[in-house]
Amino acid sequence: MSNLKTLDHAAAAEIFIKDEARTDWHDDTLWFVRQKRDKAVHGIAEWEQLREWASQIKNHTLSNLDNYLTAFEKQAEANGIKIHWAADALEHNQLMHKILKDNNISRIVKSKSMLTEECHLNDYLKKQGIEVVDTDLGERIVQLRDEAPSHIVLPAIHLKKQDVSETFHEHLHTEEGNNDPQYLTEAARQHLRNHFIQSELAITGVNFAIAETGGFVVCTNEGNADMGAHTAKIHVACMGIEKIIPKAEHLGVFLRLLARSATGQPITTYSSHFQKPRPGQEMHIIIVDNGRTKQLGRADFRNSLKCIRCAACFNTCPVYRRSGGHSYHTAVAGPIGSILNPNLDMKANADLPFASTLCGSCSNVCPVKIDIHEQLWKWRQVIVEEGYVKPEKKMAMKGMAWLFSNPKVYRWAGKSGRWFLRTMPFLGNNKLNVWYKQREMPEAPKQSFHDWYQQNKNK
Amino acid sequence: MKVGLFIPCYIDQFYPQVGIATYQLLKKLGCDVDYPENQTCCGQPMANSGFSALTGGCDKNFVANFDAYDYVVAPSGSCVLHIKEHLKDDKNPAKAQKIRNTIYELTEFLVDILKVEHLSSNFPYKVGFHTSCHGQRGLNLSSMTERVLPQFSKPEQLLQKVKGLQLSYPERKDECCGFGGTFCVFEEAVSVKMGKDRIEEHQKNEVDYITAGDVSCLMHLEGILKRQGSKVKAIHLAEILNHE
Repeated sequence: MSNLKTLDHAAAAEIFIKDEARTDWHDDTLWFVRQKRDKAVHGIAEWEQLREWASQIKNHTLSNLDNYLTAFEKQAEANGIKIHWAADALEHNQLMHKILKDNNISRIVKSKSMLTEECHLNDYLKKQGIEVVDTDLGERIVQLRDEAPSHIVLPAIHLKKQDVSETFHEHLHTEEGNNDPQYLTEAARQHLRNHFIQSELAITGVNFAIAETGGFVVCTNEGNADMGAHTAKIHVACMGIEKIIPKAEHLGVFLRLLARSATGQPITTYSSHFQKPRPGQEMHIIIVDNGRTKQLGRADFRNSLKCIRCAACFNTCPVYRRSGGHSYHTAVAGPIGSILNPNLDMKANADLPFASTLCGSCSNVCPVKIDIHEQLWKWRQVIVEEGYVKPEKKMAMKGMAWLFSNPKVYRWAGKSGRWFLRTMPFLGNNKLNVWYKQREMPEAPKQSFHDWYQQNKNK
Repeated sequence: MKVGLFIPCYIDQFYPQVGIATYQLLKKLGCDVDYPENQTCCGQPMANSGFSALTGGCDKNFVANFDAYDYVVAPSGSCVLHIKEHLKDDKNPAKAQKIRNTIYELTEFLVDILKVEHLSSNFPYKVGFHTSCHGQRGLNLSSMTERVLPQFSKPEQLLQKVKGLQLSYPERKDECCGFGGTFCVFEEAVSVKMGKDRIEEHQKNEVDYITAGDVSCLMHLEGILKRQGSKVKAIHLAEILNHE
């Protein structure tokens, strides 16, 4: 699986960019989605008001999470749904395994759930000899290729139709070299239909769980969550604790924001409301913490839990578009992943908050107003404080801090051969001048502004 | 009104002409302006790299230099934003707070405080405007394509007063150039690719110059332009506004 970290973001991005034509294609494809989003939101006069409401509802919910979770549990149980609590990814996977074993299940379909990606459920079950069939088209494509999704809404966005054709030829025996999207999706449709019909258990994610009703909503464009849940005799929905909203009426805010932010659609094709198991069906919900309460306890980062996984921050991020999701080596990539993942494993993900220019576009598109770029800045401080930074960088920074604290030394350094040209860290503090690889150096002027001012101030 | 001119370290060292243009422009517009001579750096390079704990010396020096002014003005949105958000003085918090409240990026100072109606500038060239992120999204110098809010632009308001200037924007009006402080070396590949893509869009508009409110963006873009052997030149907004 490519979600195991082998390279840091910068190194993986450098490899990605080597194929410049493909990088341009990736960038343009995602920019197209950003433009669709712009078009959709500029048609809503009250867009900024909706974002504010969504943010406030989520803030309120996070501050009362325990109450809303227990209210949800009570109501869902009254509706006949079985609730399970998982402290971490392993417990989530074990709970799922137990449900499968208890019911002697072997045929499983799963619609898109980033939580199960985060928990590496497929890998876990594979080790127990159990295969899960992903039914979201993009997820099925990457699953057949033994890859991780590169985007939380568009899992196979890093692949071209030619790549899909090759994968389907190998696994689904489609015609070699037939790149027609209609032909390929029809092949996927037939292939997945067989799995739906035979499935005994369907796993889905949860977009919104409603404390007031004990019901939940799953949003898909392909209807695959419904296909699974309606055919299988057991439905297991997996959700992080932050998916709770207090009331059903709040869906009126979130459903309007979600699809517009994600793909520029006014609403997802299917917004499926699940309330209780149908007669003869079993319905389970696994509610997962996996680091979320720890993040809730970090004052600077708690509001990252407002995220509704729309991926607008991915599509707008100029770094993501030019480095691809796999360079983030985590289940949730992009700007939001860069503020969520250091909480899960700070050492392994210490590179991610630095994979940004802090341009701020992510915070501007976020439908729930997470201050993403400010949290990236704050994570950098935490990561340095915790010591997950190279000693050379620390030395250079200390040297610079000393220089800038001493005006006389600073001016002397400037005069003596433009010390800056060699030592400013953004010009590369090592033998190989990284700046110069693809850029000329600024020319050293005859005099600094300071010296000009001394000569000219009284003229 | 006493104005303290803040010339960020890399402008002082590499682009004195931008400092000179800013100083002359403010003088022309009737400001009582000086340049406190013991200033160095705002501390942003350290803070953005995660070392804000090391910026105490910079903060102390900054407060000592700029405490006495009614306004502090700088030709850099990025450095101004850093001071606005992070300047600290543990011994005298009120002094730091006063500076945070009265520091302005050049174009917002001209538009909001001086309320400049007329400029004697003349710059008969095709100029592409690069929107620097920290000025735009941080200091709100212009509206942003992501937000559903009324459109405006303080830098454009000024550039429209320059005789002969033909202004254009790249297709992606406010995408980052990829400089990003130390990002430009630690993420060199992405940084340069972002810069190349900005330049390509400006070149489609057949511009003579690319201008911006931040020298850091321009230094990065200029480095790529020169490597490409391009005829397009980078110039700071203050140099255009001061050009007659």
